[in-house]
Amino acid sequence: MDELCSLPSGGAPPCISERERSIVTAGRSRTAIHCTDDSLAGSVSQRACVFCGARVVLNPVTDAVHLVHGPIGCASYTWDIRGSLSSGSEMFRNSFSTDMKERDVIFGGEKKLAACIDEIVEEHHPPAIFVYATCVSGMIGDDIVAVCNAASRRHATEVIPVESSGFISGNKVVGYRAAALALMRLITPKEGETVEKTRKLNFLGEYNLSGEMWLARRYLTEMGIGINVAFTGDSTVADLKRAPGACLNIVQCTGSMHWVAMQLEKEFGTPYMDVNFFGAENTAESLKKIARFYADEAVMERTEALIARETARIAPDLAWYRERLAGKRAAIYVGGAYKAVALIRQLRGLGMEIVLTGTQTGKKEEYATISGLLDEGAIVVDDTNPAEIERFLREMKVDVMAGGVKERVLATKLGVGFVDHNHDRKECLAGFDGAVHFAREVYTSACSPVWKHIRPFGGA
Amino acid sequence: MLECLPDKAVTHTAGKINPAKTCQPIGAMYAALGIHGCLPHSHGSQGCCSYHRMHLSRHFRDPVVASTSSFTEGASVFGGAANLKTSIKNVFAIYNPEIMAVHTTCLSETIGDDIPNILKQAEIPEGKLVIHVNTPSYQGSHITGFSGMCKAMVQYLSESDGVQKAQVNILPGFVNPGDMREIRRIVHEMGIRMIMFPDTSGVLDAPMTRKYEMFPAGGATVAEIRDAGNSALTLALGAFASNAAADLLQEKCGVTGIPLKLPIGLKATDAFIMALSDWFGTEVPGSLSLERGQVVDTLLDTNFHYQGKTVAVFGDPDHVIAMTEFLITMGMVPKYVLTGTPGKAFEAEINGMLGEAGISGSKVKADGDLFELHQWIREEPVDLLIGTTYGKYIARKEDIPLVRFGFPILDRAVHPLMPVVGYRGCLRLIEQISTALLDRRDRDALDEDYELIL
Repeated sequence: MDELCSLPSGGAPPCISERERSIVTAGRSRTAIHCTDDSLAGSVSQRACVFCGARVVLNPVTDAVHLVHGPIGCASYTWDIRGSLSSGSEMFRNSFSTDMKERDVIFGGEKKLAACIDEIVEEHHPPAIFVYATCVSGMIGDDIVAVCNAASRRHATEVIPVESSGFISGNKVVGYRAAALALMRLITPKEGETVEKTRKLNFLGEYNLSGEMWLARRYLTEMGIGINVAFTGDSTVADLKRAPGACLNIVQCTGSMHWVAMQLEKEFGTPYMDVNFFGAENTAESLKKIARFYADEAVMERTEALIARETARIAPDLAWYRERLAGKRAAIYVGGAYKAVALIRQLRGLGMEIVLTGTQTGKKEEYATISGLLDEGAIVVDDTNPAEIERFLREMKVDVMAGGVKERVLATKLGVGFVDHNHDRKECLAGFDGAVHFAREVYTSACSPVWKHIRPFGGA
Repeated sequence: MLECLPDKAVTHTAGKINPAKTCQPIGAMYAALGIHGCLPHSHGSQGCCSYHRMHLSRHFRDPVVASTSSFTEGASVFGGAANLKTSIKNVFAIYNPEIMAVHTTCLSETIGDDIPNILKQAEIPEGKLVIHVNTPSYQGSHITGFSGMCKAMVQYLSESDGVQKAQVNILPGFVNPGDMREIRRIVHEMGIRMIMFPDTSGVLDAPMTRKYEMFPAGGATVAEIRDAGNSALTLALGAFASNAAADLLQEKCGVTGIPLKLPIGLKATDAFIMALSDWFGTEVPGSLSLERGQVVDTLLDTNFHYQGKTVAVFGDPDHVIAMTEFLITMGMVPKYVLTGTPGKAFEAEINGMLGEAGISGSKVKADGDLFELHQWIREEPVDLLIGTTYGKYIARKEDIPLVRFGFPILDRAVHPLMPVVGYRGCLRLIEQISTALLDRRDRDALDEDYELIL
């Protein structure tokens, strides 16, 4: 094993000692995992920043202009990387930036921001502009709230500040909150406006990656339930303003949307429930849960019929993949806990053993759920880094890893198969169809013919 | 994205829409990866570092490892010295690189962290090195950051022992590892000893061995960069990326520096080879003459595929300058030429080339964005677009073929391994440009015009 290790043998510890509390072994560790803290300086964290958290939540609002108030990089790196699809406007795929220069840093960027907003309104007439604060605009103290409010009045349009300066925290969850505050500001009816209640539901924390919201909507429509608005996948500003009219909020990405759901309950009395459309089992459970809420015999019957039909339809495919994947060992490293939980169930459903699970932003109670799902001996890790991933992939003899782009290239270099469950995936992984797509992705990676050829010239 | 473009022509004066550049630190990070055994370190909050690693990983499809000072509010208020010192301690303890290359971010620049001073106080293990460059994102672009890190290598590492060696320093510019390999091969064919830095070949195009190397075999060693101070000559390829380091090398160690274009295209490759041949008195070997002959032959075989066609080129200044020269050689008409990187020298150089070739009516701009380029194209279309992945929106909207060229390319693979420099690079570009135009011709042909032989 040592011959394969990139780290110096002997001398250096296998991981930074301060990180030891962030790694536990399921069933064996007595202490709870250490999490939600700032990353250790110099640790090569895989985490992103507050601005990133805000941007990924809000960017799928398709007809809004998303204006990044900062130097160019923040806008460049987040330009159309979300993977959300739109059925209408494509405005959200543009990258607007105030392109702060040294002068702006010295003299303040408020005037430039106001000028940008003016030009955008004049040229593009968007129904709303989200203005994102970045490290620099926050640090020099630009009052984006004042600039946005003034611009809102000047143009009689929605100009909404998103207070997402990167340095506020090392955790993008804080950015989710900044986005949530901006959303609530947009959603809350202005004085004198009312939104009538309907029998439809809101789908929170669904970003329509690869059209996943559209698939979920097909199921719900068949059950006789309408989606009022999905947040924020394939949403428009006008759709979002109808949010108070739902009778139920279902929440998928809990990390980004639980707080919004709680606010909606407080403000508009709308109850909420968690759902999960990743994996056939999760999908079936979620659909039943939603149907039960409506307490309508006909809805329940249609739901049972849908589940029975879809489950039977995909069963042969899943069985085919399970036969080939059973016994393989899997690792998971993703952004949030809800996805980790879904992946554990899905991979296990394919007969695989989960030997490593980690997240960038999981909370203590979420890790308790994760640990409870895993077999004894599996590693659970918070805010890991490439050196640890390398070590665990080797030590735990992982065959396939699920994660995002930074983990992909690392895994393949180590000879470990990979399936993307983040922004770079182009396959719909939700619902019953998604369960098959997911199985196919795991299979094509784990069982690629290339693995037979990695030793040169026929070597063993 | 298409509705972003209003029906009437508009000019926006503040900010950027759809930038044709990104920020300094990613350039510094890429350059640092071209030192053997180097861990790039981003001094700021961790989002920046994460974006840069992600962006580079998407372009190169290889692991990009870099550490960060992980700033939060405390560091932002009280300064980042403690974070940097802790980072240095942790990085050498756990990852054990030969050298750490620190670059700053907007945040640490805005609060005014004094990096040299912090480095003086930091505990750096014996035999290990830490170098640094200031890379605020509110200045320049990723190319400026690359240039700055190259200069830092000279500043911290290069030394003259007073004895000049018959060897050449090559500063390859912000090009792919495949290009760096090709440059190395050409100099090797010439039989000249060389030191190339940075050199990301072997780092970002590493083979799959089932063994993860945090510090792969590639990269210029610290000893080599040090020894660059003893070389007889430096060839700085690409003024924007390489001149600063070459100038400092001349000033600090007395090594003569010759600024050249990136060796993309026939003329620029000729100039590169002739500079080596003239200086070292080496004859150009038959192998390279043969390659050159193949390029000229191919240009004659294919000229009717592209000659007279209009083209819009955008990307990094050094890339675009060399590409524009080659397009003129090919008889194409560079109608719109744009870079996101600021710098008036760009416009002067391109306008000079166009003027010399008798091409008038072209639009040329530095510090531009793709919104503007799109507007130009919409007012008067071109036959071909050459640029990064971000050009794909314009290509689709205006129904123009796109040849992907430069950094970043996020939606295609293999390109970082395939050179565009040298004579082989010429052949590849001719193939890509011809194929793009002929594919379009086939696609658009009526049944009666659809022919076997083109």
